[in-house]
Amino acid sequence: MVDNKQQWKAWLYLSPAIVLLLVFTVWPIFNTLRMAFLNGYGSLGEMGGATFEFGIDNFLNVIEYKNFLQCLKNTVILCVATVPISTILALLIAVALNSIKPLQKTLQTIFFLPYVTNSIAIGMVFAAMFNIVGLKGNGVAETWGIVNNVIQFFGGEPINWINAGSPYWANMTVMIIYIVWNALPFKILVLLGGLQSINKQYYDAAKVDGTPRRRVFTKITVPLLSPMIAYVVITGFIGGFKEYSSIVGIFGDKMGPANDAGRLNTMVGFVYDAMAKDRQGRASAAALILFAIILVVTLINNQVSKKRVHY
Amino acid sequence: MKVVLQNLTKIFPSRDKKSGKEVVAVNDFTFEIPDGKLIGLLGPSGCGKSTTLYMISGLQKPTSGKIFFGDDDVTELSTENRGIGLVFQNYALYPHMTVKQNILFPLQNLKGADKLSKEEMLERAYNAAKLVQIDELMDRKPSELSGGQQQRVAIARALVKMPRVLLLDEPLSNLDARLRLQTREEIRRIQKETGITTVFVTHDQEEAMSISDMIVVMKLGVVQQTGKPQEVYDDPTNLFVAKFLGTPPINVFNGSVKGGKVYIGQDAVLEVTNVADQDVLIGIRPEGFELCDDGALCCTLNNVEVMGRDVSVVSTNEASVNPVIRSIIDADNKVDLASGVVRYNIKPHKLFLFNKETEERVYFEVK
Repeated sequence: MVDNKQQWKAWLYLSPAIVLLLVFTVWPIFNTLRMAFLNGYGSLGEMGGATFEFGIDNFLNVIEYKNFLQCLKNTVILCVATVPISTILALLIAVALNSIKPLQKTLQTIFFLPYVTNSIAIGMVFAAMFNIVGLKGNGVAETWGIVNNVIQFFGGEPINWINAGSPYWANMTVMIIYIVWNALPFKILVLLGGLQSINKQYYDAAKVDGTPRRRVFTKITVPLLSPMIAYVVITGFIGGFKEYSSIVGIFGDKMGPANDAGRLNTMVGFVYDAMAKDRQGRASAAALILFAIILVVTLINNQVSKKRVHY
Repeated sequence: MKVVLQNLTKIFPSRDKKSGKEVVAVNDFTFEIPDGKLIGLLGPSGCGKSTTLYMISGLQKPTSGKIFFGDDDVTELSTENRGIGLVFQNYALYPHMTVKQNILFPLQNLKGADKLSKEEMLERAYNAAKLVQIDELMDRKPSELSGGQQQRVAIARALVKMPRVLLLDEPLSNLDARLRLQTREEIRRIQKETGITTVFVTHDQEEAMSISDMIVVMKLGVVQQTGKPQEVYDDPTNLFVAKFLGTPPINVFNGSVKGGKVYIGQDAVLEVTNVADQDVLIGIRPEGFELCDDGALCCTLNNVEVMGRDVSVVSTNEASVNPVIRSIIDADNKVDLASGVVRYNIKPHKLFLFNKETEERVYFEVK
């Protein structure tokens, strides 16, 4: 038994952590729930003395809101496209990195650099790479971004990737390339760590049995790496549903090409927009919807990995 | 399939570039492993026994020397083409596969003319499993097996493709004492049934002696002695081999040969001929002592350990190199602890003389 004096001390020592958790985690969660279920809630309105009724208007409002389905679609497309691509690429790069001796450390550093670089800054560089300055045939000197220069070098037609009048698929292609590139370093790091912890004897045993390299990869490396793969896929989906800053990095806060602002907006962007318009109720409802989606996807991921992840 | 090792040498380059010292793991190893025999590579850790095994397997390339399987030179042949089965120290069973999948794995790698149908593969897998008596465990994962069972699965996996040579790296070191006894007999039985030339590595001399047809004793990369276990035990070429074989270990004394007599301290324990007078190291096996009231060697009695059939007499002598002398005598002999003294006669064939500097054997004839 801990006597009372001791208990008092225990609470005292715990208090900084408890206070911080209450203020910055528990209260916001509770407050989000409260705001989401108060019809048409806005903090300015509350300060002005308005009262709000309890209900689910905010959720209906979110779903009916003009931009919401577009945001959802963008988010889902980005997730579904980038997570598998980046995971497979990261796996191949990690295996390649693990199998070379010279320059391994140097290459590791190069692959890890994007991770320590600001994503807005990377976005601006990507924007410059995909940019078009001056349109064809209007008398201004044509300056194409490096990507279009490469396309032209191989005899292709330059594509309007991100500027005014660019097609949706081109925008999405740029976003997918950018997000995959940005997601690689962390995944490579995790998978490389996993690879290096696999006992080398499994490979010796496979070698003794004359196992072809592809079979070693599919039957030994991937299964033994499956816990790590599951980890990067799950965190990848969670990160993907929270995609926002990458779009800002390339398209700016208009969230789309100049002539079609908001076309590439995402769920998180939707929440921010609602906040900016003092519609905290709608923002909270959208945040809860996003939370529910992430929860469901993660549960599915977990269920799948239970069958697929070994030991 | 006989295996011939010819001047096999393995040098590892130094890790530390400044000192530049290379490590000679195996030095000029020449040996012929007869067809269908079980060979134990024996030595303390770091003696190059595992390196030798891995060179036979092809996982490590020798720095110089040659390896023959039968009449084929396999030195340059890659591991998968040598037709060997290798059992790793921690078995290296694929943890995500069942026992059956583990055993099938080598068969599924076969290509071209060797390719088997599914039924043939299953049949061979079950035959291998039956041989090592794990055919009831085929659908379990390695983590659901005991150490001994995992060991058997590893052997089955190595045997299923019918290797020309079976290699075992410290096969018993991860098992408990009882299981070790059982498994080593099992290995012997499997080897006899299959008739596959088998090489195994161990640091446990008892293990090597008990099941091997021949043993190879190694020290610091150099082969010390090869031969049948009993012959090596009875006729060691140097002090290292004498010390390494036998439990309890051999008792070593500082002594001398003077005027046809072997002296331990002041006690003349044996009369010999054909030896020059010199200072020597004297090794006496624990079973080489005979209790006798007027025995030649007088020691201070410390303790008597009863082991059932035998008793182990612990005594001390100033000339002894080891802190205590251990002798094994029949339990029928009564030792008087109260007297504080014990006297022994020495059995001549259990006593070996070694040169004090080189520690090589000094041979003599009993008068």
